[in-house]
Amino acid sequence: MKKFMLLALLCLSLPLSYQVQAKEAEYTTGAPEIHGRVMGVSEELRCLVCQGQSLSDSNSEFAVDMRAQIQEMMEGGMSDRQVVDFMVERYGDYVRYRPPFKASTVLLWFGPFILLGVGVAVLYTNVLRRRKQIDETPLTEEQHRRAAELLKQYSGENKA
Amino acid sequence: MIPEIGQFALIIALCLAILQGIFPILGAQLNIRPWMAMAKPVAQGQFIFIVISFACLVYAFVTDDFSVLYTASHSNSLLPTQYKVAGVWGGHEGSLLLWVMMLGLWTFLVSIFSKNLPDEMVARVLGVLGLIAVGFLLFILLTSNPFERLLPAAPDGRDLNPLLQDFGLIIHPPMLYMGYVGFSVAFAFAIAALISGRLDAAWARWSRPWTIVAWSFLGGGIGLGSWWAYYELGWGGWWFWDPVENASLMPWLVGTALIHSLAVSEKRGGFKSWTVLLAIIAFSLSLLGTFLVRSGVITSVHAFATDPERGTFILAFLVVVVVSSLLLFAWRAPKIGQGGKFELVSKETMLLANNVILTVIAAAVLLGTIYPIIIEGLASVGVIEATNKVSVGAPYFNAIFVPLLVPLVFLVGMGPVARWKKADMPDMLRQLRWAFIASAIVAVIVPFLMGGWSWMAALGMVMATWIVTTAIYSLRQRFKATNPELPWGHRLNAIPRSFYGMHMAHIGVAICIVGGTLVSNYMSDKDVRMDIGDTVTVGGYTFRFDGVIETKGPNYMSNQGMIQVLQDGREVMSLKPEKRVYTVQTMPMTEAAIDTGVWRDLYVSLGEPVSGGAWSVRVYHKPFVAWLWTGVILMVLGGFTAMTDRRYRVMARKERKATAETGNLAAAKIATEKA
Amino acid sequence: MKFKFLLPLVIFVVMAGFLWKGLSLNPNDVPSPLVGKPAPQFELSQLHQAEQAVSRDSNLGKVWLLNVWASWCVSCRQEHPVFMQLSRMGEVPIYGLNYKDEREDAIKWLKDFGNPYTISAHDYKGRVGVDYGVYGVPETYVIDKQGVIRHKHTGPVSAQALRETILPLVRELKKG
Repeated sequence: MKKFMLLALLCLSLPLSYQVQAKEAEYTTGAPEIHGRVMGVSEELRCLVCQGQSLSDSNSEFAVDMRAQIQEMMEGGMSDRQVVDFMVERYGDYVRYRPPFKASTVLLWFGPFILLGVGVAVLYTNVLRRRKQIDETPLTEEQHRRAAELLKQYSGENKA
Repeated sequence: MIPEIGQFALIIALCLAILQGIFPILGAQLNIRPWMAMAKPVAQGQFIFIVISFACLVYAFVTDDFSVLYTASHSNSLLPTQYKVAGVWGGHEGSLLLWVMMLGLWTFLVSIFSKNLPDEMVARVLGVLGLIAVGFLLFILLTSNPFERLLPAAPDGRDLNPLLQDFGLIIHPPMLYMGYVGFSVAFAFAIAALISGRLDAAWARWSRPWTIVAWSFLGGGIGLGSWWAYYELGWGGWWFWDPVENASLMPWLVGTALIHSLAVSEKRGGFKSWTVLLAIIAFSLSLLGTFLVRSGVITSVHAFATDPERGTFILAFLVVVVVSSLLLFAWRAPKIGQGGKFELVSKETMLLANNVILTVIAAAVLLGTIYPIIIEGLASVGVIEATNKVSVGAPYFNAIFVPLLVPLVFLVGMGPVARWKKADMPDMLRQLRWAFIASAIVAVIVPFLMGGWSWMAALGMVMATWIVTTAIYSLRQRFKATNPELPWGHRLNAIPRSFYGMHMAHIGVAICIVGGTLVSNYMSDKDVRMDIGDTVTVGGYTFRFDGVIETKGPNYMSNQGMIQVLQDGREVMSLKPEKRVYTVQTMPMTEAAIDTGVWRDLYVSLGEPVSGGAWSVRVYHKPFVAWLWTGVILMVLGGFTAMTDRRYRVMARKERKATAETGNLAAAKIATEKA
Repeated sequence: MKFKFLLPLVIFVVMAGFLWKGLSLNPNDVPSPLVGKPAPQFELSQLHQAEQAVSRDSNLGKVWLLNVWASWCVSCRQEHPVFMQLSRMGEVPIYGLNYKDEREDAIKWLKDFGNPYTISAHDYKGRVGVDYGVYGVPETYVIDKQGVIRHKHTGPVSAQALRETILPLVRELKKG
């Protein structure tokens, strides 16, 4: 009840020049097509003050500013690629959220798959070598019988 | 006075840990019974003193003792009591004390639940745990003492970071640390086995339950962290591949490989050196994680305040532990037997392949996490240009993770159905044909049900359906193999719990995949400016902005948004996202309003006030996101179920009886005969 | 000891080496790709005299510092005494780039704490800052006679950084 009164009072105290016309809210970054592109590019750029977020995820002032600037650049006609290049020119590769594909990142991008290949190769050769190396003598009659007895004994306990 | 008692208790614990670390291991080598027998009481004593120390720190927080520097930095008189307690582990020094207390707890549990283990083994395991404790206690006492005084005392504290003033802080770190630290037990068992040269199926059976429990806690802790970040940070992300998150994921991945490897060692006597190595790697990754988080080498929103001195100490400790254990491994592993042989197509090979993939994923995560450090290091010695510094973010990890996940998931389905030693691939494929078909059908249908074709979504659904259908098939097959004369309740009971646990955990993975895939591909959000009365429609729901009111909390002021949610014109709920400003630290914090449902979450986040009484608001529709955490819960339950398998309890009972009757030798004989 | 069993150890030692090096580096440091390139052109209104312009070209022929600052920036207050002292020394002109700040707030800040800047440019929207790759204030650039950026210092300039890095560089550039 109290909260309702408070809310009513607040509503009454709003300036009369206020637009009470309800409408579909607008995007904070421009028209829908631009908004989509801005968010798309923002997802590829790192928020430099945010410790690990992309420009699209972050709500920090820096990120909000940057998105506004990207919006301006796009409204001015720059393509997605040009916007990213613009940022990289000024902030370096670090601003790319997805590490670029360069000589210095070959190990990064290929490493895991090379490792997988090596792992599978080692696995393969190891299993084959095992087959040759390990000599298994088949069980004797006596051993078979003992094994069967132990199994019966153990599964007998199961049923109890 | 109390803080001094706390510090003194730590010193005593350190002394006990030193005794615990040195004498039992030497005693086991030289066969000196009294030294080995020392292990249990000394370990238990160490735990008690650490608990005393921890209690003193909690006391300092709860009584607002701001003459303690740590309390003054992380607490405040206005802080609600539960956060005063949880705040104890909100900072570097206190969280280390929690770490060490968890280590003490695990050590204590090992000392109690080890009656069926040979004395030399217990002595070595507790000894290794003691040495680890020595390292951490030294670290605390020398560089990170939580009991350091602040004189003159501060009039009030700097308050706990508002982001941490949340239920999540109460449960996430303790659970996470239980897991992290728990791998020290598997590690200790591995080292003990290497020292003794005795690495048999019995060793694997002893280690396995401890490893499963640690793995379950770690998984649960990671899931909790993800959920907490989701609702707390205000933009609904649930995994960021943040270095600290990766630091917890890596031991978990290797831990998963370790559990599977232990299964083979236990049942088939194979993979022994692999298992030992994985145990060493898992715990090393735990330690590495501790290093990454507290040394300042990486940027992370989770990182503790640090200085290079602390970083150097942890690195030195990490190097000592890992180098000595890997040297021991290199020396002793060649002498470990190889176990039985098996065909290229067999359960063993599939489990081995499973381990390879998991290890590669963990290695990839490690590579991505420390790559910036590698680049900077190479740049600082002039090998490459400094401007090559890259940041490795989510896009990289996602690009690597998904392709590696596919073969892994395929194995998850095939593995349980394959035979040991020699499996028949064509026959397996035939048996699983319905699983293939079902997966394909679901993969095609679901994307269209969700709103549009997506290759990633289809892939995710294929993987998840594959896991679930193969699990059902495997369960059915196992059921059919039980004695048909028994009532079905008994038949269900005849299937070992570890079997149920396995499938529960696997299905948990499938549920996670569904959640992650669908929310990533079908999430929709709108970032809009809302005047009063404005509406925005997302995901079939209409959100109406009814303004913002000011409210007050115990230690903060809040702007609370009133959002009315409508569906098909009818009002279904109201959501109240907040923008809080905490009294002490004055940093603005977003408290998102979330409506959780089985099929979707509605997530509203208040931005900033803009001109004319309007606010920027971000509205999200997140389908299936709750499935992520449901999947994790199922994984954890699966782990606990597997751990309560009869053979761990029966074996313990039988061996306790045997020990009472004829001593250790007989118990060991029974154990190896059953293997 | 067979080699393959030593492999994990070798890998670990290499990694530990990098980690140890990493301890002496700062992960938050973003190396600027602009070092060694011409300073981006700009023309802004002056802070104190709004009708007057200040541009990059007006400084060609001399070595100068460009310090990015703002009245809302807490760390700027930390480095401020260092710049006050530097301006008194008179060795090198310091130009300020007032970044995303209200003009009145900035002027008041300089009045309260002192003004070490020959001229401050008022970059209200922060666009020039972006051109210079500014992401966190304060940041300082050393620019040579040809208008090429020779060094960028991110974060507050300490007396040590001034003494050990910036001043020696300035002196060397002035000679050349």
